Amino acid sequence: MRVLTGNDLKTGDVIWWTGEGWSRHVDAAADAGETAEQVLAAEEAALRVNVPYVIDAAREADGSVRPAHIKDRIRALGPTVRPDLTLKPKDPEALDWII
Amino acid sequence: MYKYDSYDQAMVDARVEEFRDQARRRLEGSLSEDEFKPLRLMNGLYLQLHAYMLRVAIPYGTLNSEQMSVLGDIADKYDRGYGHFTTRQNLQYNWIKLEDTADILADLAKVEMHAIQTSGNCIRNISSDHFAGASHDELVDPRPYAELMRQWSSFHPEFTYLPRKFKICVIASEKDRAAMRLHDIGVQIVKNETGEIGARFYAGGGMGRTPMIAPMIREFVPLDQLITYAEACLRVYNRYGRRDNKYKARIKILVHELGRDEYVRQVEEEFAHMLEQGVEPPLEEIARIKPFFADPAFEDGPKQVDRSDPDFALWVDRNTNRHKHDSYVSAVISLKPVGGIPGDATGDQMRLMAKLAKQYSFDELRIMHTQNVVLPHVKIGDLHALWTELEAAGLGSPNLDTIEDMIACPGLDYCALANARSIPLAQRISERFDASGKTEKLGELKLKISGCINACGHHHAGHIGILGVDKKGLENYQLSLGGSEAEDTSLAKITGPGFTEDGVIEAVDKVTDVYLDQREGEERFLDTYRRIGMAPFKEALYG
Amino acid sequence: MDNALGKSPDEVQFRFRNDEMVDHAAVTVDSCCDQTNATAVRIEPGDDARVLLPFLDRLALIEVNFPAFGDGRGYSSARILREAGFTGELRAVGDVGIDQLSHMRRCGFDAFAPDKPLNEEDAKRAFATWENVYQATIDGRQTIPQIRHGG
Repeated sequence: MRVLTGNDLKTGDVIWWTGEGWSRHVDAAADAGETAEQVLAAEEAALRVNVPYVIDAAREADGSVRPAHIKDRIRALGPTVRPDLTLKPKDPEALDWII
Repeated sequence: MYKYDSYDQAMVDARVEEFRDQARRRLEGSLSEDEFKPLRLMNGLYLQLHAYMLRVAIPYGTLNSEQMSVLGDIADKYDRGYGHFTTRQNLQYNWIKLEDTADILADLAKVEMHAIQTSGNCIRNISSDHFAGASHDELVDPRPYAELMRQWSSFHPEFTYLPRKFKICVIASEKDRAAMRLHDIGVQIVKNETGEIGARFYAGGGMGRTPMIAPMIREFVPLDQLITYAEACLRVYNRYGRRDNKYKARIKILVHELGRDEYVRQVEEEFAHMLEQGVEPPLEEIARIKPFFADPAFEDGPKQVDRSDPDFALWVDRNTNRHKHDSYVSAVISLKPVGGIPGDATGDQMRLMAKLAKQYSFDELRIMHTQNVVLPHVKIGDLHALWTELEAAGLGSPNLDTIEDMIACPGLDYCALANARSIPLAQRISERFDASGKTEKLGELKLKISGCINACGHHHAGHIGILGVDKKGLENYQLSLGGSEAEDTSLAKITGPGFTEDGVIEAVDKVTDVYLDQREGEERFLDTYRRIGMAPFKEALYG
Repeated sequence: MDNALGKSPDEVQFRFRNDEMVDHAAVTVDSCCDQTNATAVRIEPGDDARVLLPFLDRLALIEVNFPAFGDGRGYSSARILREAGFTGELRAVGDVGIDQLSHMRRCGFDAFAPDKPLNEEDAKRAFATWENVYQATIDGRQTIPQIRHGG
């Protein structure tokens, strides 16, 4: 699947395109397919996302979304060296998902 | 320490308002990201993997207790309770909101701090010797000259859109603790044969993808021509530095392509012209700045410590530097606890270090490019009390200049440019060497880890260097040996094919075994490498 | 005018001089050196401003082009021309934004013709950003070090 991501202009938070808006959770990401570039341009112009780009990702059997590149997986979760500051601070297996 | 006067304060205050206005225009959409990016970078604001990152300048690495304490408060108020000390003697916050940034800058300005020119294609924060004004081996304190250059380089109208970033370092001893020759311009304050103080200039050093050691370009610049000469160096670079390729835009490439002699010729021509332009600040200005860096009121006291506690004795041996006054030392607070994140400090730790500086070091602290903190003037008689408080706060690691005292850039855990993570390697290596007890046996061994070719972790200058690369979407690490950023500057050579994360940790272990096996007398790892060459290490790694 | 260089007077948004504007196209640096009657010239980032020094007396206008604002060579060109005594109009043209105005002014520019017209209020504030300055340039302003030591 093709997923749109970027950062929130005001806060800098990592955000993912859900098909209707933006979420901080990669699992809420929608397949933007062929419309990705179009949505990207419109959303950036409307200041709803900063420095957006399109990535490849896979929808897993459990419905979760896994970005193809490690950099975007680290963006999706948080710094691997500070599990307490990630989006899943209480999940001991969250870091395994990165590698 | 330097104190702002009303003019310095007005510059910083004006900058806060200018940035507030720029951020407003960006949030309203009248500035595009392409237009805003260079402006925010010149104020130290990056967009990193997880959020905006703000880099605060600590000019020549010197700060006072109040400033350190405010840095801790900002970490708690606007960030997530910590900050990261960098290899440019600065501090970075990792979780900053654009909408808060002007307020943070305003808080900084209240204690004479800022984020001016901590990024962007301009003259960056000036770096210096972290033991300046304290060490026994310096000619003079280099910081008045660094401060003069700080003011000159702040908002320089001609040099704000250079081909690429520009880093200047000022030192004043033969011993180089600041990687001076790996800067775009390195300045060494020297005495000429008639006893006059002046500046020796080096130009065209740097790390990054094409590391180079700066050649000397002028033996002696008189102090009343210092700024004029620097201006000539910069003008030649601004006009002729390459702008067609970002990776060839640093001054090192210009000096290399023109050749040192031709660059010198052009600078001398421009210098002769600039001397007629009256750009040099009055010489009284350096005389005005100097007293700010005068020695504090040192007192005689004990010259030796009680060594009955072996842990304390080890810390004293490892983490203190000989002072110019024999009743004092400079004490290094290690930010490299075993298994910790090199250079990170919490808000509480920053406030504690501030308190200790007030109590034991005439209110002064320094940031080292090796991501540690120095209390420059500690009475030998106070060392035990200081160490006891540091130990209790997890800041007493006795590991200065050992393999556990590695430099590591933020790497792929934080940095948008990185190809691989640096911090986990640092953590695992320090845990392993601490557990095996090998750290002590190895003595001085400078390990430096970068997560990409930009080399913020100085891997080219490590006795052992590690460079993270992306190998088909997987993290991979190249090992290099033989670098040094001291006065015997050298660039490390790659051992051969790269390794996985586990593999490179094994590889570091193996090369240290070769050293322990082959060393003669008091040789450091670097000395042994230089004597026996790469072959035995290669054999151990790949044979 | 399609192929001609230079901005027409009505594209000049800010001007800090009172003399009459040159109302014809500027020529390239190469042409300026060949043509003895040219009074307006345009410098591109890669041009050596010093080539013009023998002709400064007859030039009334020098335009310095900024095709991209991040290319700062024009700042050096401007200062070099002023340091050589050029007193005619020095006009910054091209990708000139609010945040470049104060530095350009300090390097000797006294006219500005940005590709995209700038917000007047923002520009006014930008020109006045620095009440005092550290560096000596040819703009004649007393520097902070000079003020500190009694001029």
